[in-house]
Amino acid sequence: MSHADWEGQAKFTIDGREVVGYKGETILEVARREGFDIPTLCYHEALEPYAACRLCLVEVTTGRRTKLVTSCIYEVAPDIEVKTSTERVIRNRKAVLELLLARAPDASLIQKLAREYGIEKSRYPLVLNDKCILCGLCVRACHEIIGASAIGFIDRGTERHVGPPIERLSERCIGCGTCVYICPTAAITLKDVSKPMPGVHKHPYDYEAPDCSICGEMNLESESKVGEK
Amino acid sequence: MDQLKGLVSENAYTILNEVEEKRASLIAALQELQVRYRYLPEAAMRQVAARLRIPVAQVYHVATFYSAFSLKPKGKHIINVCLGTACHVKGASLIMDRFKRDLGVEQDETTRDGQFTLQGVRCVGCCSIAPAVMIDEETHAHVRQDKVPEIIKKYRPSSPVTPVRHPPEPSPSSQTSGKPGK
Repeated sequence: MSHADWEGQAKFTIDGREVVGYKGETILEVARREGFDIPTLCYHEALEPYAACRLCLVEVTTGRRTKLVTSCIYEVAPDIEVKTSTERVIRNRKAVLELLLARAPDASLIQKLAREYGIEKSRYPLVLNDKCILCGLCVRACHEIIGASAIGFIDRGTERHVGPPIERLSERCIGCGTCVYICPTAAITLKDVSKPMPGVHKHPYDYEAPDCSICGEMNLESESKVGEK
Repeated sequence: MDQLKGLVSENAYTILNEVEEKRASLIAALQELQVRYRYLPEAAMRQVAARLRIPVAQVYHVATFYSAFSLKPKGKHIINVCLGTACHVKGASLIMDRFKRDLGVEQDETTRDGQFTLQGVRCVGCCSIAPAVMIDEETHAHVRQDKVPEIIKKYRPSSPVTPVRHPPEPSPSSQTSGKPGK
């Protein structure tokens, strides 16, 4: 049976309880609204889901098939059965946490989550000691909300990291600090330099600022015009 | 390699003129620049961003992600010594060592005259002719250590070598300075 051709409401179950979701909603959105606890690291209501941290894994049964999916990008459909804490889900979530722990052992949020899942020590060797877990929240917030795109991912595999293009302070950075604020593991810090911050009013380019995806207003442009005077 | 000739006066703008102005053209644009310059100069990446109207951060993301792109100038000829299982068994590491010695470079380095870049690859898909070495688009079969100098000689120009070409600076008049909407 096809799950694509339906409209309006979808009745389905999460951990046996009947819930209602709407077309285009993800399992995570419905689950959070209904009060189910699904941990996430790379998810933010204001941003497009990204499915990078793999922590929001749940089990979904459609027809006779049961599979593990990332609930933050899996769209709801009628009659699916979602289970948020089966043995398989917990086992895989633990593995994800252990991998995160092997990368960012000093990040307190990772430590806290690991403790919640009863992990004392990662079974994986420490590959590098970086607080950054590559969830991409900073990159996406800078791109989707601020519209500056001053930072991005660089390199691949174990070398992958976040930084400004060409590894130099980006002229597009407006010093808003959103990346610092949104970082779940405090991997990005704001340095208080005595020089004035490269604020909007100092910005050398008047690029087109996109509308804020939350409030629908466009703030950057008006501010930069004020600053020019 | 004919396409490398006569392009010295060409800057990234003329190359990019052939690329469609849309986000999906990013990889095609970078590939074209990589072929012409043998690397991706910073100025060219900035021009790609301006032309396709995408952030430089995204261009840099893609440029550093794919191993087909290089931020450092590569040699005129790319030597890919296959280090896959079959070639490994047939002594690929010895072949690699010989190339290193004869060219005077380590793996992933480029000779000082800009002629060769030495790389190792996992499998080029022709295990029956192991150990295999690919130079540019050409495959060399059953390579033995003592064949290596001969192979290198084939690609070395007899005339004095041309140094790595750097792209000319774009003229200020053709610069759009990354402003949207032109």
